[in-house]
Amino acid sequence: MVEETLSAEEPTAAELKETLKVEDLHVYFHTAAGAVKAVNGVSFSLKSGERFGLVGESGSGKSTIALSLLRLIKPPGKIEGGHVFLNGTDLVTLTEEQMRRKRLDEIALVAQGAMNSLNPVRRIRDQFILAYKDHDIDVKRSGLEERIGDLLTRVGLNREVANMFPHELSGGMKQRVCIALAISLSPSVIIADEPTSALDVVVQWQVMDTLRSVQEDLGASVILIGHDMGLMAQFVDRLGVMYAGKLVEIATVRDMFGDPLHPYGQMLIASLPSLESRKARLEGIPGITPSLLNPPSGCPFHTRCPKVMDHCSSVTPILQEVRPDHWVACHLYEEA
Amino acid sequence: MPALIEAKNVTKIFGGGLLDKSRTVALKDFSFQIDSDNPSVTSIVGESGSGKTTLARMLLGLAAPTEGEVLYNGKNLEKLGGSDRRQFLRDVQVIFQDPFEVYNPFYRIDHVLETPIKNFKLADTEKGRRDLMIESLEAVGIRPEEILGRFPHELSGGQRQRIMVARALLLRPKLIIADEPVSMVDASLRATILGSLLRLNREFGISLIYITHDLTTAFQVSEDIMVLYRGSLAEAGDVDQVVRHPEHPYTRLLVGSIPLPDPDLPWEGERAIGRPAGELGVQGDEYCQFHDRCPYAMPMCVQTHPPLFHTHPNRVTSCYLYRESPELPMPQMTSIFKSSNREGPPEETEQLDALDAELEVSQENSSTPTSADD
Ligand SMILES: Nc1ncnc2c1ncn2[C@@H]1O[C@H](COP(=O)(O)OP(=O)(O)OP(=O)(O)O)[C@@H](O)[C@H]1O
Ligand SMILES: Nc1ncnc2c1ncn2[C@@H]1O[C@H](COP(=O)(O)OP(=O)(O)O)[C@@H](O)[C@H]1O
Ligand code: SF4
Ligand code: SF4
Ligand SMILES: [Mg+2]
Ligand SMILES: [Mg+2]
Repeated sequence: MVEETLSAEEPTAAELKETLKVEDLHVYFHTAAGAVKAVNGVSFSLKSGERFGLVGESGSGKSTIALSLLRLIKPPGKIEGGHVFLNGTDLVTLTEEQMRRKRLDEIALVAQGAMNSLNPVRRIRDQFILAYKDHDIDVKRSGLEERIGDLLTRVGLNREVANMFPHELSGGMKQRVCIALAISLSPSVIIADEPTSALDVVVQWQVMDTLRSVQEDLGASVILIGHDMGLMAQFVDRLGVMYAGKLVEIATVRDMFGDPLHPYGQMLIASLPSLESRKARLEGIPGITPSLLNPPSGCPFHTRCPKVMDHCSSVTPILQEVRPDHWVACHLYEEA
Repeated sequence: MPALIEAKNVTKIFGGGLLDKSRTVALKDFSFQIDSDNPSVTSIVGESGSGKTTLARMLLGLAAPTEGEVLYNGKNLEKLGGSDRRQFLRDVQVIFQDPFEVYNPFYRIDHVLETPIKNFKLADTEKGRRDLMIESLEAVGIRPEEILGRFPHELSGGQRQRIMVARALLLRPKLIIADEPVSMVDASLRATILGSLLRLNREFGISLIYITHDLTTAFQVSEDIMVLYRGSLAEAGDVDQVVRHPEHPYTRLLVGSIPLPDPDLPWEGERAIGRPAGELGVQGDEYCQFHDRCPYAMPMCVQTHPPLFHTHPNRVTSCYLYRESPELPMPQMTSIFKSSNREGPPEETEQLDALDAELEVSQENSSTPTSADD
């Protein structure tokens, strides 16, 4: 399959290479009550320049994946197994020192609630300098000022913002500062964990528009984590659905919205509000999220699934590609 | 007959005098009323800092207006006597954003429900108390045996928030004010919680004020909507008309910024309304709050605050683009609401059908095991 097309739409084969490949990732939190299996065998991959979304109930393990990809999981959390290949290198096997250099340089995170974690007593400029201390950047060089200013303008902020303190900025501005920080060293993967949940739609649009344009400039891949299905529909190319520490469905955004296959994915899509009809589908998903201390045997969704079958509670379904680019972990789609 | 609760030209200013830099006009000359005998669902939407919580706190008597007054059954909230005050505390209930904060981790869930029963002496016997709790929980679609006896951390966010709804229901209030009750939860839980709130309105005739920055859910649950922008009312009226055909340039921006859950629909945001008209020097204290972002801003927009223009029978807009329409004085704003102009309950039954279907499902499924050791 040799494609020599140079059209703007069709990415070349080289562009389609996998930037990030996560294989069978397990991350547990070792609490007094036992191991919380927050990420319990997750695999997915990210093509270069691709925008990938991760959705799922609160507590399903999304943020834990984000932190694990950067090896920022702190005790009692631990990566128990699996691989994270970033541009061919397995991050899980790197030394702490090697990993420190990869962060920001090759993979960067805009963490959940990042805008509230800016150091309140430091000017924005110092937050950048602090972030660079692990990298070979001469923070005394005069060019640095220029560079911070450029980064700020790139996310639609004034250069003067460098002199300001976090409390002088609105939520949307702080979130842009966090994006500017994340793109400082032109990483090939940017992870954004609920970057706009605390913002209203107008500011949300501005922030996401910014993120999209810097991402396109850099040619970076993005993992967007969130609850807002509208935002996902508008921003990502492919979507992964998490349930109780597992990915239960991965599909292109069109397939996910048009033809979800996993019963949980279907219920998630069915519970979306719409502006077209007030025939309000105010249908939540009955039942509660299973405990990750003692995840249910078999399919994690079997305690709430309307289509549950006899073997669902004993046999764990495996994530399989049941249609082109559409992966599902559910016994309904297994060959008899 | 006086309104159950009425805000009369209320203004709330934080900080000092005109020259104080920290002075914030959180809400400006706002009037609004809720009838006692005509249960309604009204949304208040606006960006963060637009004054929504400030308004809610004043309606609840938790903050005093700087100007104007809040009346409960015609009496000033700040001057309520003992028995009126007690009745007010029963009649008007509130549900806040984060259900975690309300719960004490060391008490079982039962405690959250027992407290108001005891405080308001709603039942004399142990059995009476139990029955009340059970009835309330069932009304919000929770099976009592699933949650009674448990600790807060053993429940999901959606369950916790629904218990807050059940708790409010115990007192059979006339009005529930819900301030961003679902902004912390995922889409599925959001639907479940809003569903149970809506059900209280339909089944128990409880009025609801739903405060949110999410226009989509406001559209789903309410009949009438008020859009706030930086402390001023931008637009109000029939939610269908306002959301489908927004008039005020800010509402247009808001509607255009909603990311719709359909990858084939565009997401235009600010591109949809265009660039600001440019600098118009503000002279005094009176101007349209949106002038610096508005593509249609005209000199008159920075000279006086635009009044409410009565553009359609069921809606008003505070924008000079509609100055051909007759003006409507602020205190009469609520009179144009659909809920004020109908007899009996709202017409549309679609929502309730969907709700009934949902509750059936949840009753059926709630017998499924919910913890792993089952
Ligand atoms: N430090 C910790 N100690 C123990 N358990 C933890 C810790 N951090 C997270 N967990 C648990 O790991 C699971 C996954 O949490 P995570 O934060 O990844 O969820 P999430 O999908 O990002 O949720 P949300 O949508 O609410 O942000 C949860 O059960 C959570 O309680
Ligand atoms: N206690 C307070 N002291 C000073 N300013 C306040 C206080 N409470 C609210 N404000 C200000 O009033 C405005 C409206 O706030 P709020 O009603 O909380 O908005 P919303 O609920 O719509 O986000 C904001 O500018 C806010 O900073
Ligand atoms: S495997 Fe069984 S329980 Fe799990 S989602 Fe599929 S049908 Fe439902
Ligand atoms: S009054 Fe003027 S500035 Fe305000 S929204 Fe209308 S046109 Fe724009
Ligand atoms: Mg998270
Ligand atoms: Mg608020």
